[in-house]
Formats: sequence, structure tokens, C-alpha cells
Amino acid sequence: MTALAALIRRDIKIAVRVGGGALIGVLFFLTVTVLMPFAIGPDLALLTRLGPAILWLGALLASLLTLDRLFTADHEDGSLDLIVMGRTPLELACAAKALAHWLAAGVPLIVATPALGLLLNLDATATSAVALTLLVGTPALTFTGMIGAALAVTLHRGGLLLAVLVLPLSIPVLIFGVAASQAAITGPLSFGTPFSILCALSLVSLVIGPFAAAASLRHGLD
Amino acid sequence: MTLIDLANPTKFLSLTARVLPWLAGATAILLLIGFYQAAMAPDDYQQGATVKIMFIHVPNAWLSMFVWGVMSLAALGTLVWRHPLADVAAKAAAPIGAAFTFLALVTGSLWGRPMWGTYWEWDARLTSVLILFLMYLGLMALWRAVDDPSRAARAAAVLTLVGALNLPIIKFSVEWWNTLHQPAAVIRMGGPTLDKAFLIPLLVMAVGFSLLFVTLHVAAMRNEILRRRVRSLQMMQASQQAA
Repeated sequence: MTALAALIRRDIKIAVRVGGGALIGVLFFLTVTVLMPFAIGPDLALLTRLGPAILWLGALLASLLTLDRLFTADHEDGSLDLIVMGRTPLELACAAKALAHWLAAGVPLIVATPALGLLLNLDATATSAVALTLLVGTPALTFTGMIGAALAVTLHRGGLLLAVLVLPLSIPVLIFGVAASQAAITGPLSFGTPFSILCALSLVSLVIGPFAAAASLRHGLD
Repeated sequence: MTLIDLANPTKFLSLTARVLPWLAGATAILLLIGFYQAAMAPDDYQQGATVKIMFIHVPNAWLSMFVWGVMSLAALGTLVWRHPLADVAAKAAAPIGAAFTFLALVTGSLWGRPMWGTYWEWDARLTSVLILFLMYLGLMALWRAVDDPSRAARAAAVLTLVGALNLPIIKFSVEWWNTLHQPAAVIRMGGPTLDKAFLIPLLVMAVGFSLLFVTLHVAAMRNEILRRRVRSLQMMQASQQAA
């Protein structure tokens, strides 16, 4: 248990201190959101309607881009080999790494959401709905994305390959995340149904992600 | 004769060399019968002659998912039993599955134009098949990204299994999202709703296309084994020359 706690602490420290890891994601999120009005025009009514979708897409892309470094940095300095060979079960270690990554890179995105909601002319209900769905949805993005990150590090390929592998897997999260936010804003569907499915997706990925990532690390590193 | 006897690539090659002509012949005969019956099938009272696209479209759509199932079994073979030919099977199946998925998309699109008035509609079935196609392409990209076949095999196996777990979720979530496609008409509770005049040619075509997949798959596996032999021979030659 202490080993896992130490791993989480270490990962968060690295994410915060080295290269501004956590804030780069937020900056990217902000930039994507700012780009959107340039692409679709400064019509506030339209932006209000598209707001939740824009915020979700931005968060999805931001979490995807930061995932690239989840295992690569550890692989480069050799600590990944230690984690793989260590006595802590690799599945738990992977889960701890993903949790640390979510705390360092996912939570700042959620914190930034209200400010970005203002830019997109979202009211308080809409902003809180988007923030709430992101809060329960982004763990699913991190934990499924971790599988792609593990595959990418064993293959010494990252970037585009990771995106191509991970993005199709994140479609259900996107669908239910946006559906729940829209339901809270405009109705007529109830907010509860898509929201609980979103929670379920997060829980499922919490189980599948560490096992698949550990399997690919164990089989892939020599 | 068990699965483990096939683990020896030489045995596999000699066995399949004998079986393959029969498989190819059976495929050709069944597809010919199927095409003939499909051509003879009556026009639909609503859809006219365009209903005949179904005889190509539906088998392809079935196979697009069936091939992922085959790859998942092969992935289990790679990760759990370390069967030497499992990764060959998985690698050979991916492009064929992608081709079937692509054909299902194209024929569906051509069928949708006269029936729904559009080539593409963001409907649940179409979208989930499109995502399946993207996942096939991603898997193929993964295979091509790595030189060492056994390393690529294990990564691809993990991704295939994750995809197999995810495909039902994607399908279900996309159906929640939007649906226009007709519900399942052949495999459903209470028997098929399809008329016999369509059902029999459809089943013949489905079996024919499945045999086509088996034939292509076995042939592609043979090619892959031979390709790997050539590669290792070239490596040996290169190292001898270097020495």
C-alpha cells in the first residue's frame, strides 16, 4: 500500500514539476476552446448550443495528448522496468499510475471548465452539468487511454498511433458525456440515465484498463 | 488431429496445401449457386430490384463482426496458449476483416441512396460499423508499426481483446445515440421475419461468403508463414555475408 502511495505521490510530483505537465493540458484545452469560435463563428446562441460538445471534445483531446507521457518517461529512465519487476502487482501499479495521471492532468481540466464555459456563453446549470459529467467521465478516458499508452511504449511508437488506437474506444464515453450534459441543459430526456451509464463506463474501464495495460507491458517489454 | 498438431508450420502448410483447393472449389460453387438464386429472387414489393443488394450486404456485415471474433480467439491463442500460429492467424485475418467491413459499408451506402435518399446517414448501425472499420485499420497500423512479429503480435492481441470487450459497448451506445436502420430480421426471437424466397439465397450467400473468408484466411496464413521464412532466410544470409 505504501508502495502504491509512493508511486502516486512521485507521479504527481513529476507531473507538476517537470515541464509544467498538468498545466500544459489545461493550456491546450483553453486553446482548442478558443479556436472553436473562429471556426464556427462568434454566434453566441450557436456557441451555447454547441458548448458542451466543444468542452467534451477539448477535454478528450487534451487528456489524449497528455497520455503519451504516461509510461514513456518511466521507460526512458528505466523506472518502468523496476515497476514491472517489483513485488507490487503490475495491475495495481498501473492503476496507481493512471490515478496519479488523472489527478495531475484530468482534475485541472475539470477545474478549468467553468472559466471556459463563460467563453462559450454557458449558464451556471450548463457549466456545472459539463463539469460534473467530465468529473465522472474523464477517469474512463484516462483508464482506457492507458491501454494505448502501454501499447505505444512497448512498441516505441507514440503520438498518432496512440490516437488512432484510443479514440475509437472513447466514443461511448463521448456519447454519454455529451448526452448527459445536453439532457441537463435542454431536456427532454432525464439527466440520470446517461449519467449513470457514464459512471458505469468509468467503473468498467477502471477494471479493464489496468489489466490490459499490465498485460501489454508484461508481454511487450523485454 | 488437434489444434496443437497444427502448431508445426510445416505440417500446417502441407495440410492446408491439400485442403485449400477443396475449400476454394466449395466456395466457388456455393457463391455461384447463391448469386444465381439471388438473381432469380423476386423483387421486393416496396424496394424493387435494389433489395438484391441485401444478398451481398448482409453476409459482409455478418462477416465483419465474425472476423473480429476469429481474431479474438487467435489473440487468446497468442496470450494464453502461446500457440505459434495464433499470431499468424490474427495478422492474416485483419485485412480480410477490414475488406469485408468496407464492402458492408459500401454496399450499405449504395443501398441507402435509393431507399433512404442518402449515401450516408449518421445512423446507429452504420456508425458502429464505421467505427469497427476504424478499429480494423488501427489494428493493421499497429501490426505495421513494428518490425518484430512476435512483439507486434502480443500488442495486437491485447488491443484485439480490448476491442472485443468494447465493441458491444460501442454498438449499444451508438444505438442509444441515434437509430434509423431496420432491426435484425433473420436472427431474432420467434424465427426469421424474412420471406423464404429471400431467406434461402441469403443463407446460401452467407455460407458462401464465410467459406470465402476461410479460404482467403488460410491462403493469407500460408503467405504469412512463407513471408516469415523468407525474412529469416534473408537475415541468415545477411549475417553470413557480414561474417
